[in-house]
Amino acid sequence: MKVLMFGWEFPPHIAGGLGTACYGMVRGLAYHDVDVLFVMPSASGDEDERYAKIINASDIEASDVRLDHQEFLEKVKFLRVWSNIVPYVDPRDFSTLVEREKMAQAESFRINFKQKYKFSGKYGSNLMEEVVRYAMVGGTIATQQEFDVIHSHDWLTYMAGIAAKRVSGKPLVIHVHATEYDRSGENVNPDVFRLEKMGMEAADKVITVSNLTRNIVINKYGINPDKVVTVHNAVDFSGRDNLEIHRGVPEKVVTFLGRITYQKGPEYFIEAANKVLQKYPNVRFVMAGSGDLLNRSIRRVAKLGIATKFHFTGFLRGADVHKMFAFSDVYVMPSVSEPFGISPLEAMRTGVPSIISKQSGVAEVLKHSIKVDFWDIDAMADAIYALLKYPALSSMCSKKGLEEVNALKWNNAALKVKDVYLSTLK
Amino acid sequence: METKPSICFYFQVHQPDRLRQYRFFDIGNDSHYYDDFANRTIVRRVAQRCYIPMNNLLLELISTFGKKVKFAFSISGAVIEQLEMYVPEALDSFKQLAKTGCVEFLAETYSHSLSSLVSQTEFEKQVKLHSALIQKYFGKKPKCFRNTELIYSDEIGAKVAKMGFTSILTEGARHILGWKSPNYVYTNPINPKLKLLLRNFNLSDDIAFRFSDRSWAKWPVNVDKYVDWLNDSLKDGEVVNLFMDYETFGEHQNENSGIFDFFRALPEAILNRTDIEFCTPSEVAKKHHPVSALNVPFAISWADEERDTTAWLGNELQNEAFSKLYELEDKVIAADDEQLSKDYMRLQESDHFYYMCTKFFSDGVVHNYFNPYDTPYEAFINYMNVLSDFILRVDKRLKQ
Repeated sequence: MKVLMFGWEFPPHIAGGLGTACYGMVRGLAYHDVDVLFVMPSASGDEDERYAKIINASDIEASDVRLDHQEFLEKVKFLRVWSNIVPYVDPRDFSTLVEREKMAQAESFRINFKQKYKFSGKYGSNLMEEVVRYAMVGGTIATQQEFDVIHSHDWLTYMAGIAAKRVSGKPLVIHVHATEYDRSGENVNPDVFRLEKMGMEAADKVITVSNLTRNIVINKYGINPDKVVTVHNAVDFSGRDNLEIHRGVPEKVVTFLGRITYQKGPEYFIEAANKVLQKYPNVRFVMAGSGDLLNRSIRRVAKLGIATKFHFTGFLRGADVHKMFAFSDVYVMPSVSEPFGISPLEAMRTGVPSIISKQSGVAEVLKHSIKVDFWDIDAMADAIYALLKYPALSSMCSKKGLEEVNALKWNNAALKVKDVYLSTLK
Repeated sequence: METKPSICFYFQVHQPDRLRQYRFFDIGNDSHYYDDFANRTIVRRVAQRCYIPMNNLLLELISTFGKKVKFAFSISGAVIEQLEMYVPEALDSFKQLAKTGCVEFLAETYSHSLSSLVSQTEFEKQVKLHSALIQKYFGKKPKCFRNTELIYSDEIGAKVAKMGFTSILTEGARHILGWKSPNYVYTNPINPKLKLLLRNFNLSDDIAFRFSDRSWAKWPVNVDKYVDWLNDSLKDGEVVNLFMDYETFGEHQNENSGIFDFFRALPEAILNRTDIEFCTPSEVAKKHHPVSALNVPFAISWADEERDTTAWLGNELQNEAFSKLYELEDKVIAADDEQLSKDYMRLQESDHFYYMCTKFFSDGVVHNYFNPYDTPYEAFINYMNVLSDFILRVDKRLKQ
């Protein structure tokens, strides 16, 4: 079986968990004899291609496609609907602008396809534009390649998946790693929401990373429960040894690691840290990562007067992430809404006991971690204190947690994904 | 006989010990805090562009006009240490200036710190250390005091008087003076023996900030114009105090702006066209009678539009860093360790707090000057990591 997979990132160039998850899944699929053709913008050439053929969307030239624009545009017409490049100011100018835009579109389309459109491949300000361009290239790739199923990861690639489906007629599976509700709470971006809904509706099957996410897909997006399947993420730690590090600080270290955004609940971690510090001074807290709430968090820490015990590291990558886990005694993931959440697994793999919010998908698969409501800072502080203070508890969480995490294999998850593929081919 | 009006030039010389990128991982592992490369590069550059050429220019003026020209300097302990290490020839040229007898060196805190705002002990200690350093290099014990960034209040003034100083420099802040003119000598209301010299900010900033500002209506400044302004200003008053960063010459205003030529020609024009006399701050304090006491209940400074201390202690980041730093004072004294005391002084340099300032408006340019950080938040994180390591060292030492 051959799968055309649309992603946005792939190790080693990752901004979040999506790339890591894709990598594990692709490896697992390869194990089950599924070939994957992985499409991503701006592949830089050093991605691991042992398990998947990587196609760089920026390298796709469409000049060998018959220049039958009209036909192609017919099939992918919807792609331009939300390209927010032209802000319409005045109704009187509207028609002229539209006319000019139409011509420019035809022109740019030709240019895009002849000259290899350059993707930045990063989540940036002209994201919508890139999503649309990526979709156009997706459609082109679909005409050039042989495959049985299309698989799109997260909203950025849904349009590409839809375009590929329209062009090829092959079934589409979309994979929901996160929804707009997780990222932005109730302040959903309507464009993103529409794109997500469109993707889910167009898909033959929808895979969600947890039941938590499955419920959101069903209830908030109104998708038929029959076509939504949960496949929990896994982790793959093979070939990684625990780091030997020298710890300079005598105190115990409690860590938050992730994007410092609304979704991750950094403020609850800070408040809980403050509570713990009142009772138990022999501890340091670290907030690793960056994001739009970073500055607010720093101000809050300063205001609480705990800044000599609460540290920020900025964005960490690669070896520094492992180093950070190796530094830690307790890991906390206080996410407000976490479709899955792979980071506690990474922590537990390093033998670090973790505290996770009940509002996370990973809470559905973990038994040996402490679960609290994200808003319950008293419970969170209590759990941190307990793990610091009672060695019996922390050593149990650490030992059992490691066993538990090692049992979560991508090979098993990939088999479930393969079953989903097969169900679409019936 | 009527006393002639005076002009008093005073230049501030200071460079901070900038911190290196200090990661959380370094805490407890590596206790070297400073970005030696940046500090060396910057002090060398500033010496080449400013200290050495401007010192030479002043020496030239002194050899031409003799005792008719006078200048004053305040040089922080921090920059003296850097010059000694990295550009000894610049330090030599300051020594040469001291020998002419036309230059007064003022007292300040050793590390350009804000200790006057919180700790009497630390403040006195630093001032004594600095005075000893000045005496060692320039041969004279300072009699006139100027606090970091001209920070001053009635209370600080009284402290300074108690320590034996007879005059102090500060800002002629408009909200303090009201209708009064900065061109007179005033006294401290608690201890009237302490004379106050107030910076004439208009005429000072015409040189320090606006000299090369082409959007300024009065640009360009030339010597004739400037002497006219001096005369105008002295219609009301007896002394014009021109206080500015020494880096104005060649750094803030670069050589191409003509700042050196302007300053080379200025004394001659003043001496020829007016009866204004050059004085050092101590001479001004002696020569002119104070007109009244000046009340300054809350601390003022020469910084920003507000002329207060909010550039260093204006937001919660700064307050947190500052209070955590000074909480350590007793412990550092108890630890009684030379290296710790040295680092403690360096961590007090006001610049560290200045980098955490979140006021980015008209003064942003000055705030960004020599600033190693992109944002105040980064400055805070880095500083707190360093401070955390420092606390560990102090505690460790105390346990021994």
